[in-house]
Amino acid sequence: MLKIAIDSLGELFGKIASAQTLYIPADRPDGEAEYRKYEPGMKLTGRLNTVRSAKDFFFPQTESLVDFKVEGKNIEVIDPRKECEDFVVFGVRACDARSFTILDKVFLADPVDSYYKNRRDHGTIVTMACTRPAETCFCGTFGIDATAPEGDAACFSDGESIFFKANNDKGQRFIDSISSLLEEGDTAKLDEVQSKTREILKKLPLAALSTENFGGDKLNEYFNSDKWGELSESCLGCGTCTFVCPTCQCYDIKDFDTGHGIKRFRCWDSCMYSDFTKMAHGNPRLTQLERFRQRFMHKLVYFPKNNDGEFGCVGCGRCLSKCPISMNIVKVMKALEEK
Amino acid sequence: MNSIETLIPKIGVVTDIRQDTPDVKTFRVVSPEGGKLFEHMPGQCAMLSVPGVGEGMFSITSSPTNKEFMEFSIKKCGCLTGWLHAMDVGQQITVRGPYGNHFPVETELKGRDLLFIAGGIGLAPLRSVINYVRDKRENYGSIQVIYGSRSKDDLVDYQEILDEWMNDPGVEVDLTIDNPQEGWDGHVGFVPNYVKELAPSTDKTVLVCGPPIMIKFTLAGLKELGFTDTQVYTTMELRMKCAVGKCGRCNIGNKYVCKDGPVFRFDELGELPDEY
Amino acid sequence: MQEAMISKAKALLADGTVTRVIGWKRGEFVYDVTPAVFESAQELDEGFVYDDFTAANVSKYLIKESRKEGKILCFLKPCDTYSFNQLIKEHRIIRENVYIVGIPSDGKLDAEKIKSKGITGILSAQRDGDTVKVETLYGIETLPLADAMLEKCLSCKSKKHVIYDELIGEDGEVIDSDRFDMVEKLENMTAEERFEFWRSELSKCIRCNACRNVCPACSCEKCVFDNPQSGVENKAPADSFEENMFHIIRAFHVAGRCTDCGECSRVCPQNIPLHLLNRKFIKDINSLYGEYQAGEDTTSRSPLTNYDTEDCEPKIVHERGVE
Repeated sequence: MLKIAIDSLGELFGKIASAQTLYIPADRPDGEAEYRKYEPGMKLTGRLNTVRSAKDFFFPQTESLVDFKVEGKNIEVIDPRKECEDFVVFGVRACDARSFTILDKVFLADPVDSYYKNRRDHGTIVTMACTRPAETCFCGTFGIDATAPEGDAACFSDGESIFFKANNDKGQRFIDSISSLLEEGDTAKLDEVQSKTREILKKLPLAALSTENFGGDKLNEYFNSDKWGELSESCLGCGTCTFVCPTCQCYDIKDFDTGHGIKRFRCWDSCMYSDFTKMAHGNPRLTQLERFRQRFMHKLVYFPKNNDGEFGCVGCGRCLSKCPISMNIVKVMKALEEK
Repeated sequence: MNSIETLIPKIGVVTDIRQDTPDVKTFRVVSPEGGKLFEHMPGQCAMLSVPGVGEGMFSITSSPTNKEFMEFSIKKCGCLTGWLHAMDVGQQITVRGPYGNHFPVETELKGRDLLFIAGGIGLAPLRSVINYVRDKRENYGSIQVIYGSRSKDDLVDYQEILDEWMNDPGVEVDLTIDNPQEGWDGHVGFVPNYVKELAPSTDKTVLVCGPPIMIKFTLAGLKELGFTDTQVYTTMELRMKCAVGKCGRCNIGNKYVCKDGPVFRFDELGELPDEY
Repeated sequence: MQEAMISKAKALLADGTVTRVIGWKRGEFVYDVTPAVFESAQELDEGFVYDDFTAANVSKYLIKESRKEGKILCFLKPCDTYSFNQLIKEHRIIRENVYIVGIPSDGKLDAEKIKSKGITGILSAQRDGDTVKVETLYGIETLPLADAMLEKCLSCKSKKHVIYDELIGEDGEVIDSDRFDMVEKLENMTAEERFEFWRSELSKCIRCNACRNVCPACSCEKCVFDNPQSGVENKAPADSFEENMFHIIRAFHVAGRCTDCGECSRVCPQNIPLHLLNRKFIKDINSLYGEYQAGEDTTSRSPLTNYDTEDCEPKIVHERGVE
């Protein structure tokens, strides 16, 4: 397997960044990690994952859809998009890598969302296998192997070197582009690290969580469950879970008058917000119970029903860490399963 | 179906505005070069917008058989509709579509006796179908329209109903208004009750549209008469933004009203969670 | 303490004083407790928890809970009592429907802060004097208490309960805290430095509204930022100006009413030190109108809603601006 010494990562990043824009998860002063555009000297974070997921690269929080120039009774429609440049996202975790499969099922389904597709076409995802999963991790629940991530190319660390493996043609092209810095390496130590990680994965507090009792056929059983009341009772109705979630993709479309034209943009929205379904003549989801239920029913029942059993969650654990009141999908799953 | 740039709208020019009722206007829209912006099927919708004000989903109320223009009957009830009601002929707006499914006029409805039941602005989506089947009369059995509104003034498309539908020998039109009114010698009473009084034959396929409460009682009445859920179609309305099943707003269970609807048969609705 | 609270709750449920209890419910991990309402002794035994991670301020829930039928028991930490009092002053909580048991707090731990020190796989955390021992999937880690404690607890303003029906344990005193130190540091920066500081912090905002929704002072039935008719309703900043303004406007709106409970910063998923904006207002109010602590009582008029001949003149704004 081709590898590079961890000490030479700076050189590797420099080479990638000389050809296209490179993003890596880096440390922030507050001790959290975030994806940042690579600049010389920047180091890969030691944190397991970023606060904001990697979905931002393909589905940013806000983006311009279309511009209008209005003169009298006439309107001019302008496509504001510029040519999208090639870019590499390095160090994506297995959970986030799977989130792209889920987002693809939404944005690439007919009619294709060309804004999203454009970025998908131009982006190369280089994943990084996990060696120190956290207590909040439960990607295994969704059949994700944290030691063998998806993505165009995958990286594996044995503590001294990073090994590279292509998962598809795009990944192979990426590895070819950096091959001058790589050398063939022995994977004995890597195998050891991986089996150690697998042992940890088995011991994670949420290792036993299963999707067995969820899926498209559970609509009536769970929609009418009497658990929603107590589960949603302390929900603040904020959008933290939604916005840190790598698979949440609901959005709003709004117009903004710049003073010299109208910009129509889309931005992330949350089904947890009170005005999400509000219409001129009423709101079908009047209380937080209904809004809360929608988010979890969508991930655990509606989405798998429409997508061959694929769930709308990848077990990244962000909502477990970030919900202000520590309510999350794991608690919901466990409560719904209680008969 | 849609172009790949589905979120980028086309320009439409409003060439005619008709005041239908005190709060409903019908807008005629063509492309800047003249002619229709796109073809559609009865029941389908389009996103109309006034840049800077907003975008909203509206039923295309003209029949696809009309080859010159599209029409939208719009009730004034919010910000965007208020703006539309205030504009003058010649104004450009933006249009994208067509969106959603349609009434199965070329499949299930073909050869059937049809019963249309509408309340208030609910006639808008049915008008497209009614005129479509009138234009392709040979493909369908009998046509009956039961339509009611709060008052005579609130009957949408009243002139068209009087001049065209009621003079069409193949069409039976039964009108009703909620309360007695001077100058009205027709039926008085709520639509659901009128349906029960008229007791239409249960062989008919029913297309019903109107306010939720009217639909609820009409369906109950139809069931009393012996109709089944599989005979009755309706159209749904929920808040929409993208119109292509992605923004998540009009999600009911695993369905998206913008993409999988707006037309649903009642047995299909029965399988969805009660959240609309 | 937890046992004493459960016994108290059971007794008050049993003798009919209250019908419900609001407290904290045990989660999947040592730290993920959720505010919850308990209705029976069994529910209390199964899930009620009070420990180093029960930081959430339950006062705001009482707006809703005190409007339900029957009296509810709430356990309030000293800081929570200030929020409660302020909500009473604003006529948001129906006092007669709440039975308050004051409970002591010697500061709460912050799992996110522990994680930010590079500790992962947290299984348990034990306070031991000035240190915290964290058991993880990867072994035991020990860190200084200050590195594991919530910011809001590190600069605790009071151990005193300003409202209660009864207390468990002894009441404490108002503390002469160092909570304005960071504000002073910001004041001493140049305008450019200060602008840079806030730009860098506020640009992290994802507009999730957690700060607003958790804030006991943000209790409007309908927030202006949620009203499409307001023209400022936005789920994402349309530009960087808005990004700054949301939090500044919110701080203005809660000025004179913010008790400095610190919940905004505790819940921020991006660790923006939002409480510093509020503390700046508190510090200014103290220096311009005399010492004032929102929530200290339920009757006094707030300096910003009162007029006094001693009030500072509006020109203070200009004078400070040219400094």
